[in-house]
Amino acid sequence: MSIGIWIIAFVLRLVLWLLLAPLLPGIINKVKAWMAGRRGPPVLQLYYDLGRLWQKSVVFSTLASPGFIIGPAVAWVALTSAAMLMPLGPAGFVVSFRGDVLLLIYLLALARFCTAWAAMETGSAFEGMGAAREVSYAVLAEAAIIAAVLCLSIQSGSVSLVTMLSPSAGAGAVLLAAGLFTVLLAENCRVPFDDPNTHLELTMIHEAMVLDHSGPPLAVILHGAAMKLLLFTVLLTEAVLPTAALPPLAAGAALAGGVLTVTIGVGIIESLLARFAFRRVPLLLTTAFLLCLFALLVAWKGGAA
Amino acid sequence: MSGSLNLLIGLAMGLNLLALGSGRLPSLIRTVSLQGVVLGLLPLLMEKEADWRIVLVAVATIVGKGLIIPALLRRAMRTAHIEREIEPIIGFVPSLLLGAAGAIAAVALGETLPLLPEHAGSLLVPGAMASIFTGFILLIGRVKAISQVCGYLILENGIYLFGLLLIRSMPLLVESGLLLDLTVGVFVIGIIIDRIQRAFDSLDTRKLTALRE
Repeated sequence: MSIGIWIIAFVLRLVLWLLLAPLLPGIINKVKAWMAGRRGPPVLQLYYDLGRLWQKSVVFSTLASPGFIIGPAVAWVALTSAAMLMPLGPAGFVVSFRGDVLLLIYLLALARFCTAWAAMETGSAFEGMGAAREVSYAVLAEAAIIAAVLCLSIQSGSVSLVTMLSPSAGAGAVLLAAGLFTVLLAENCRVPFDDPNTHLELTMIHEAMVLDHSGPPLAVILHGAAMKLLLFTVLLTEAVLPTAALPPLAAGAALAGGVLTVTIGVGIIESLLARFAFRRVPLLLTTAFLLCLFALLVAWKGGAA
Repeated sequence: MSGSLNLLIGLAMGLNLLALGSGRLPSLIRTVSLQGVVLGLLPLLMEKEADWRIVLVAVATIVGKGLIIPALLRRAMRTAHIEREIEPIIGFVPSLLLGAAGAIAAVALGETLPLLPEHAGSLLVPGAMASIFTGFILLIGRVKAISQVCGYLILENGIYLFGLLLIRSMPLLVESGLLLDLTVGVFVIGIIIDRIQRAFDSLDTRKLTALRE
């Protein structure tokens, strides 16, 4: 591949990720509205919100250091880079090397660190509380992600995302899908871990961290959160569906259908479940970890036999 | 055949973990009864030709563990007005992790045991050991008498799984005797639970350790 075509492919993919990401929260909200019998906000609502926020000015706390701005920016760049590492079914990859899955995990962690850092910058007690909650859940969710990655890696005998995600997860696919879906809900602060629509500071997690952000930084944070949601749905779909075995067109359709199914699933779960009490959350995350761990065992035993 | 057998035993092992993680008594009872039904289906899958005795054992197990025993437990819960929340001594997360570690250790141990070649690939022995271990955790780690009964039932499910290894040579009499013992045991425990509740106003078995005149 010549460098010119590569640059075009890279830019096209970047634009695709950036433009498609805000669609998912819109779909989730629409599904929730339908389940509740309301008409709901338009699917493109987040695009309007982002445009409106981008034109607003920023309110700075007198306590805040430049980290207040740098945090969201670095987090957004980290999430975008993580998205660029993901292979997209039939479209293949633009950036891939041995061990890129480790970089993916670390980029997600970096994004979380930066959001928490920016939250602490304001010196607000609520934001510190939100950051503490987010990070303490993340510890458990990360264990589950690492178990899932190990499972995929043992299955395919590779540490590069392209070969890891192309074969289906086989016998442990159901376990892995359940585990990854729970992690998706936890990492993206959806019900039953967190309620994205809550207006009570004491029960917020992710929302509490971004209370004092305004204007473009808030837009960047919201867009980053949508990118993360899209990234996790793509990861879940590609880890479970055997996209490589299908012809390119069918694989693309399968990928899009999978992402849509997962998104609608999130919406349905949010309509049917209430948020869990905080003391029950570690139990659910441990369950997700165990699901991924048993998928890992199945992959291991299946490979040995 | 071996695939669907392993799938069912895997499901039973998953139900073990669900039992360890459930925080309400009704869901615990439901999990245990579901496990009984899953294990009751196993003899039908293990034998190619349907022997009437094996069918009888399977039906008796499904009816006994899936319907009669849960009904007895629910009745005991209702008559004694027990709260639905489970109070653990070993918390939910530690007991889940313990149970998972036990399941993994059981699989690892099952590989090293000198089994008959026909049982070598199956999860029967690991599943049995994992269930027995789960039963022990529930017996030790829960305060209320009913959750301890559920632990005892899971323990018995594990022993039943071991017994499946010998299903051809074990007489029907032994199998039905076991099932009868179990049902009568749960029945008697239901009465005892009622008595504990009346004497102490709670089902906390820790109160039974103190002797009084």
